[in-house]
Amino acid sequence: MSTVTPSRTIRIGAGAGYSGDRIEPAVELVEHGSLDYLVFECLAERTIALAQQARRRDASLGYDPLLEARWRAVLPLAAKRAVRIVTNMGAANPVAAARKTLELARELGIDRLKIAAVTGDDVLEAVLAGHYRFEESGERVAAFKDRIVAANAYLGAQPIVDALRAGADVVLTGRVADPALFLAPLIHAFGWSMDDWERLGQGTVVGHLLECAGQITGGYFADPGLKDVPNLARLGFPVGEVREDGTVVVTKVPHAGGCVTEATCKEQLLYEIHDPQRYLQPDVVADFTEVSVTRLGADRVAVSGGRGTPRTGTLKASVAYFDGFVGEGQISYGGPGALARARLALDVVRERFAMTGVAVRELRCDLIGVDSLYGHTAAAHETQPYEVRVRVVARCDSFDEASRVGNEVETLYTNGPAAGGGVAKSVREVIAVQSVLLPRETVAPSVQIFET
Amino acid sequence: MKLRELAHGRTGDKGDTLNVSVICFDARVYPHLVRHLSAERVKAHLQSIVRGPVRRYELPRIGALNFVLEHALGGGVTRSLALDAHGKSISAALLDMDIDIDIDIDIDIDIDIEPPA
Repeated sequence: MSTVTPSRTIRIGAGAGYSGDRIEPAVELVEHGSLDYLVFECLAERTIALAQQARRRDASLGYDPLLEARWRAVLPLAAKRAVRIVTNMGAANPVAAARKTLELARELGIDRLKIAAVTGDDVLEAVLAGHYRFEESGERVAAFKDRIVAANAYLGAQPIVDALRAGADVVLTGRVADPALFLAPLIHAFGWSMDDWERLGQGTVVGHLLECAGQITGGYFADPGLKDVPNLARLGFPVGEVREDGTVVVTKVPHAGGCVTEATCKEQLLYEIHDPQRYLQPDVVADFTEVSVTRLGADRVAVSGGRGTPRTGTLKASVAYFDGFVGEGQISYGGPGALARARLALDVVRERFAMTGVAVRELRCDLIGVDSLYGHTAAAHETQPYEVRVRVVARCDSFDEASRVGNEVETLYTNGPAAGGGVAKSVREVIAVQSVLLPRETVAPSVQIFET
Repeated sequence: MKLRELAHGRTGDKGDTLNVSVICFDARVYPHLVRHLSAERVKAHLQSIVRGPVRRYELPRIGALNFVLEHALGGGVTRSLALDAHGKSISAALLDMDIDIDIDIDIDIDIDIEPPA
């Protein structure tokens, strides 16, 4: 392991911005990004609950379904180039993920690989044993006891730092705060202390910019004619060049598609932020209000000025619970009078629900192409669409009741307005998520090492 | 003119709350947006979607406003019956707002072209 001098720059790549993200851009980063670290962020709110359900069915599962495909694509070259990997693909089973990684490393002929599994985010027992209320609704968690599927605390950087210090080449975690996946390598590389609030604040800015991968290199950005992005289909993922003081230059592999501009960086900076002066993280309360974003050259943008204040005494935990079923049906109408036929179809379905007693807890009727995104707006009223798609969706207590929703829409084929086509119907189980705040002392992260 | 000619932004979601950033293409426009693009105006424009209060945060260093819209997601991303449960399309609706500001500058929105030396 090389020693770090104060003038050193650490290069961190973002290999995924969510569980199902593309794999080729991660490969491109390993091949051309001259990386020190590669981070894969793969856990959204609900993902871990679905992973928990998978683990219940099979104890050797519960990690990200794309873990194997990602490792086959990047691990051999990453190992050869000494690119260290940090990821939350451990999901609901970091230990199983570590074992799987070990197995793949052996199969792929990787000589020496040290793998760490970070656990301790699973706080289901503590949450059920306590007297917590949901932050969002104020309801008592105990009232949901029989329906709770998973409870996971957002861990901070420390256990990842510990794993890196122990020499891990690959660190697999469960739920951690997304920026912490990037903050930990910086803390480790530069020796920042865990009460250096300003550094941790700027490090959080770095993590927040990179954690959504393509969203800073021109993804979720193009608006043809106004905001043009070159080669969008070949969008490259970002690299952060970070200095010892935490200041970062965001860039990408030069020949990759996309672009890094002040505009793309500002949009990502504010993504999912509420009060920019108080962005709560496990390790710090970050302050983005003094951040400056400066173009240095083509696809090179410097971001600095992130600050921080001391961390709070609590950790956020996401609690996932079963919340019924949603049934849905859709059918399309086109040509002259399409809107009138679509409205007639909705009237029929509503009357049918009342007649046949479909037990719905909540019902929603949309006209896709007219009001399904923005509701009843002025623009919606003025429109005479050439094509419109009816969407009927309802929350029900049982799978059977939910199926009746799609079935009722389907019967419009032979029993509804003229020329209705393209019926689709579905039923899905709902896993809802709310959060609680746990005292820090309730949560005990730990690190397990596995070696080839 | 339309807000989208002056600014860009994107939506993010957390529980039942949306945030939408409004970032000036040209920093000179920022003081005018601070004056004219209030939380109340945003709430009125998005009234068919937003059920709760709207708060506005200012970031002068980057010429941006951040709007936080509560109860905008049908009870929360994981439970919502909405087609766009994450509310990602909301930024486009906000940027469609008519905004009258009297400034007399050529707004450079060629943001991916090298600026003059």
